[in-house]
Amino acid sequence: MIDDGRPIFQQIAEDLERQILDGTLPEESQAPSTNELAAFHRINPATAAKGLNELVASGILYKKRGIGMFVSTGAHDKVLAIRRDDFQREYVEPLLAEARRLGIEQSHLLVMIKGGRV
Amino acid sequence: MNELIEATNVTKNYRGVRALDDVTLSISENSITGLLGRNGAGKTTLMSLLTAQDFLTSGSVKVFGEDPLENDKVLSRMCFIRESQRYPNNFKVRHVLAAGENFYPDWDAELAASLVEEFRLPAGRQVEKLSRGMRSSVGILLGLASRAPITIFDEPYLGLDATARQQFYDVLLREYAENPRTIVLSTHLIDEVSGLLSDVLVLNDGRLVMAGAADDLRQRATVLTGKDDRVAIVAAGLPVLHREALGAYTALTVDARLDDERRALAQSMSVEIQPVSLQTLVVRAGLSETAGAADRTLSTIGGAR
Repeated sequence: MIDDGRPIFQQIAEDLERQILDGTLPEESQAPSTNELAAFHRINPATAAKGLNELVASGILYKKRGIGMFVSTGAHDKVLAIRRDDFQREYVEPLLAEARRLGIEQSHLLVMIKGGRV
Repeated sequence: MNELIEATNVTKNYRGVRALDDVTLSISENSITGLLGRNGAGKTTLMSLLTAQDFLTSGSVKVFGEDPLENDKVLSRMCFIRESQRYPNNFKVRHVLAAGENFYPDWDAELAASLVEEFRLPAGRQVEKLSRGMRSSVGILLGLASRAPITIFDEPYLGLDATARQQFYDVLLREYAENPRTIVLSTHLIDEVSGLLSDVLVLNDGRLVMAGAADDLRQRATVLTGKDDRVAIVAAGLPVLHREALGAYTALTVDARLDDERRALAQSMSVEIQPVSLQTLVVRAGLSETAGAADRTLSTIGGAR
């Protein structure tokens, strides 16, 4: 799941966000440790730590001293809000650009999105 | 971070051939540093100089803040496993383990024994009679079990199959997680190890052409593909590393990340944007045809850390 080009720590953070979003990591559950993440993805532990710290900085995870990282209460909705903000840029804009390239008119595009035949 | 190894203006000549040319670099504590570059780029020479197994022509090397040359205090805390590590005749695997225990103050006999099992090494067999892959495993075992605060591997996995290499990466990570230390690894299998590395040094023709955090280098360059004139518009003003063309269809590697403005422009002009993997970036840096242009741009950002 790690791809080239994008910073690995960012991909680690996004992967954890996805798990929070789909319930794999429920709120108030313990997040994987740095070393667990490093071993699982075969990455440098410092990179894994950076990914975790991103999520701490945005309040999605919190630290319990001496125990580890936990998913914050409200993290699910927070991730959802971030993902919705990103949706336009990551999905809608490329879709519109490709439609323009192919000469698909917006009215046709809307019909397609609604699941109808053009 | 604390710099454990510092090389300053290091030059090494071998009978008139300049193997290293004015190399300045540093390696920080508890990093996993990848030393990359083509054959003959000077990787082994550099590692030999850092571990005082060879003499400098000029420049200086400091390890733990001291000159490593004939310095027991420094050298007993370093372990250098050569690609073509030789062992005395009649030395069996268990003799190597005993020697490791004698030589390295932090030697972990328990780890050594478990790695003999894990790598399925025949303890009673002569090392020089083992297969290439098994000899590599012996080297890996020595390096890991030495628990040396600085452990340097030169192409540690010649002859190892893909499964054994994965095993090496897993053991390395496990060991590093339990006992963090400074690891330097020279390799050609960049894609395989790139996730393990925290830092990268790239040598080309004896010179340091790239240095930095692996994550920074991973997102440093971009490939633009599309119709040549449109690619040129999107890439206007950016340093070019490489160009490939198929008629009007062009793939241009630029040494830059694209800002949102350029991304939008690329999208509107049907120019595809792709990130450049570490391996591709290193290949671009090591291509002698473009080395002139590439090195200049690279070394301005490289060199200093």
